Amino acid sequence: MKRGLPILLGVVTVILIVIAWFQSGGAEAHELQAATTPDQAVRLMLSQVKAHNFDAAYARLANRDDVDKNAFIREFDGSNGSLLTYASMESFDVWGLKTNEQDATVRAKLHYSTAVGPLDDIRDLKVQHTGDTWKVLWPVSKAPKLPPQVIPVNYLRWDVISRGASDDWGVQNVDSPQVRVVSMNAIQRPDSVVLVGEVVNEDSVPAYVNVGATLLDPSGAELAQESSFDKISHILLPKQVSPYRIDFPNMRMEKIKSVRMDTKALLVPASADPVIEVNQQKLETDALGKKVLSGQLLNQSGSVVNIPHVIAAFYDSNGKVIWVSDGYMAQALLPQIPLPFAVDLPPDVAKNVQTYRVVVNHYDSTSQS
Amino acid sequence: MNRLSAILVALVLAVAAQAAEIHPPQQVTAGTSITIPTSGSGEATFYLIGPDVASKKKVQAGSDISVESDSLQLAGRYVAVLCASDGCASSNFFVVPAAPNKLSLLVHPSRVPVGSANGISTVAFVFDNFHNFVLKPEQVKFSILPKDAKEISADRGSQNGVAWVRISSAKKEGPVRIAASIGNANEVRVVQQVAAEACNLRIKASRVKNAFLIETDPVRDCSGNSIPDGTVVSFTKSDSAGKTTVDVPIKRGVAKVEMPIDGRARITVASGVVTGNELDVAGGQPQ
Repeated sequence: MKRGLPILLGVVTVILIVIAWFQSGGAEAHELQAATTPDQAVRLMLSQVKAHNFDAAYARLANRDDVDKNAFIREFDGSNGSLLTYASMESFDVWGLKTNEQDATVRAKLHYSTAVGPLDDIRDLKVQHTGDTWKVLWPVSKAPKLPPQVIPVNYLRWDVISRGASDDWGVQNVDSPQVRVVSMNAIQRPDSVVLVGEVVNEDSVPAYVNVGATLLDPSGAELAQESSFDKISHILLPKQVSPYRIDFPNMRMEKIKSVRMDTKALLVPASADPVIEVNQQKLETDALGKKVLSGQLLNQSGSVVNIPHVIAAFYDSNGKVIWVSDGYMAQALLPQIPLPFAVDLPPDVAKNVQTYRVVVNHYDSTSQS
Repeated sequence: MNRLSAILVALVLAVAAQAAEIHPPQQVTAGTSITIPTSGSGEATFYLIGPDVASKKKVQAGSDISVESDSLQLAGRYVAVLCASDGCASSNFFVVPAAPNKLSLLVHPSRVPVGSANGISTVAFVFDNFHNFVLKPEQVKFSILPKDAKEISADRGSQNGVAWVRISSAKKEGPVRIAASIGNANEVRVVQQVAAEACNLRIKASRVKNAFLIETDPVRDCSGNSIPDGTVVSFTKSDSAGKTTVDVPIKRGVAKVEMPIDGRARITVASGVVTGNELDVAGGQPQ
C-alpha cells in the first residue's frame, strides 16, 4: 500500500504529460517530421511556427536562400507595433488546392488570438517535392522600402484647457462637441438585430464619439442596451462622418417598438494627421467565395500607423446605410507604402449594395491623441 | 400652609423665568453685527445656532449680547439661547441676504455657428457678498461686447434670483464677450462664433508630376467666413480601378490631395453633410 500511492501518482503524471504533448501538437510535429504530402509539409511548418520554434519552421522551407529569416519571423510575429505583435497563433486549418508530382498549392487559414479579438489570415502556399520530402516554397516578399527622407508635415493639433478644479461654480468651461446621428437603420439578421448608420461631428473641434442604443418594447420597457464599441471611428475631426454599427445578439425585430439613440461626445486633444488614402476600393469575391470590399490603404504622412482599422459603410440605391463592416489590419501601415485590406459583408446584403464608403481608424503607440 | 408654600415657589420660578428672556431682532441683514437684549440677572451662557455657526459664550444675564457680523453671514434661520442657573430661554430670528453684489454667469454654448438665432443662452444667478442667493427681484444688466462694434446692453429683472437672456450670434466669426453686472459685480464670458456649414464647396484639378492635384477653393460658409483649419473635406475618385476616398483636413483655408488618375475618373467632394461640385477627368486632363 505504501508503494501503491507513489506508483499511482507517477502513472497519472505520465498520462497528463502525454495528454499535454498531444494537445500542444507534439504528436503532430513528431508524426510530420518526414512530410510525405504537401498538406503535411505545411502543417509541420505551421506547428513549429505556433510553438514559436521559428528555426525549425524556417528549416522546412524549400527556398531558404531567398527568404530572409527575420522577415519570415516578422510575417507571424509582426513588427512596427502591428496587431500581430499583440497576437498569438491559436490554430490553423490546411487543405490542398491542387497537387501534381513536383508541386502543389495548399491553402492555410491561420487563426490568431489578438488584443482586439480573433483574426484570420488566409494564405495560399506553394509546396515543392524535394528529394523524398515536401517543403514549403515561401513567397519571397519584396517589401517596398521608403528611402530615407524628410516628409514635411504641417501638423494641426487641438489641445484642450478645461476649467480648473479651484474655479468657482459658474465659471465658463469649454463645451462638449456637437455631434449628430445623421442616419439609423435597423436590420434583422438571422441571429441578431443590427443598427447601422452614420454620425457626424458638426462642431469645429475634434470629438471622441460613442453611439449607444436602447431597444424599447411596446410598453416602453427596456429590452436591451448596447453600444457601437469598436465599430465606429471614435475620434472625429470637425465635419468628419463615421459609420457605426450596434449589434443586439439574440434579438427579434418583432419585439421592438422603438429605439432610443444615445450619442456621447467628449472634447479631446487630437491631431489631424495622419491622412490615410483609401484607394482601389471594389466589391469582389475572394478566394473563399465570400463577398468582400477590398482596396489599399496609403499613409500619406511620415509616421507609422501601428494598427489600422478599416470601417466600411455600404449604401443601397436610396443612399441608405444597409451594412457596416470592419476589420483590423494585421500589418502596420508604413508611410507611403500601400497596404491591401478586405472586409467581408453578408451575401444577402451584398446584392443590394449600390455604393460604399471607407474610413480608417488608426491606433498609434506614438500618438498623443 | 402647604398650598401657600407651593404658590410662593411658583411665583419665584415665574420671576426667575422672566429673568432668562432673550429678545433678538426678528430679521437681520447678512453680514451685520447685532446686539441682543436680555433680561434677568447673574451669570448665563449664550448659544447661537445657525446654518454655519454654533457658538457658546459666557454672558451676564440682563445685559445686551453683541453678535459679530462674521457669525451672521449665511442667510437662514438662527436660534439664540440664553441659559442661566434657573433655566434656559430661546428665540428664533432670520438672517436675510444683503444687497446683491456677486453674479454667477452661465453662458452656453462656448462655441456657436454664426447667424444662430437665439443661439446663446445667458443666465445670471444673483448673490450677495456672502454667497447668499438673492431671491427678491433685482435688475441685472446684460451686455454684448463685440470685437469691432459698439456695446449693446439691456436690463433684465431677476426672478427667484435668476435673470436670463437669449442672444443671437453675429454674421461674422470671432469671439464675442458677454457680460452681466449688478452692484460691483461684473462677470464676463467669451463665446467663440465659428463659421457655419461650408457653402459653395468647389474643387479644381491641376497636373503635378504623375498625378493630379485636387484642391478646393478657399472653403467658406454662406456669410463668407473661413471654415476653420482642421475641418475634414472628403474627396472621392471613381475610375476603372475602383473608388478612392481621402478625408483631408483643411490647412490654411484649403483642402488638397494628390491622386494618380488613369483614364476617365469622376471626383466629388463633401464636407460633413455638404456636397460640392463634381469634376470629370479624362485622359489626364480635367474636363
